[in-house]
Amino acid sequence: MGIKLKYEVDGEDFTRAGEASGDIKKTLKKLGFPPETVRNVAIAVYEGEINMVIHANGGEITADLSEDGITVVLADKGPGIPDIGMAMKEGYSTAPDNVRALGFGAGMGLPNIKKYSDGMEIDSVVGEGTTIKLKFLPKQ
Amino acid sequence: MKVTEAVKLLEAEVLCGDTEAVDIFTACGSDMMSDVLAFVKEQACLLTGLVNPQVVRTAEMMDIKCVIFVRGKKPDEDILSLAMAKDIVVLRTDKSMFSACGALYSGGLRGGKLA
Repeated sequence: MGIKLKYEVDGEDFTRAGEASGDIKKTLKKLGFPPETVRNVAIAVYEGEINMVIHANGGEITADLSEDGITVVLADKGPGIPDIGMAMKEGYSTAPDNVRALGFGAGMGLPNIKKYSDGMEIDSVVGEGTTIKLKFLPKQ
Repeated sequence: MKVTEAVKLLEAEVLCGDTEAVDIFTACGSDMMSDVLAFVKEQACLLTGLVNPQVVRTAEMMDIKCVIFVRGKKPDEDILSLAMAKDIVVLRTDKSMFSACGALYSGGLRGGKLA
């Protein structure tokens, strides 16, 4: 088994944020990945997808699925993260009030992504964009 | 607890889904979806006063099978269509968040372990 999935995330439409994560979740479930793995991937990718829409005007998500593990790359051409250390702290958020009114921007996005994944690499350049690579190991 | 029982306790209106088919073991009340994603672990129902499609998306990612809108909030057709597509039961109650949580707690439901 080796499946590659690719999604364009629309940065203009908040209501559609989560479609890619939902589809990845459905695919993993269909392929028979363990429920905990399916949930961890879904939550981490959903947080990343929401971040793309809130902060970066969209981006691209690719997922490589195999029995040995799942790799997800979230890439955007947004403003970049000036201080990754701060962004990783629970409660730190640069989201504006209109985003908080939608139920996000509590400063839990990146910490959550780290919590639910088995490996996380962030590569961000201010003014150019951010790429987050996530690794998940199937849990029985 | 069957969702049917929660409907009685909350004097709720069923907006979509089969309330007999879904069991809830715990509950989480929050208007902040970030917190729901961070903290809810067990199969729960979600009580919220926030009304937008991301409530349903959050429930989908967390395997939450029942969403309860409190304070008389009414989700639109798009939100309900999404919930139906994801097999999520949606209720609506006029009770406040505090009263709704209290009613479910009195009925035997307890908060789950934090993740």
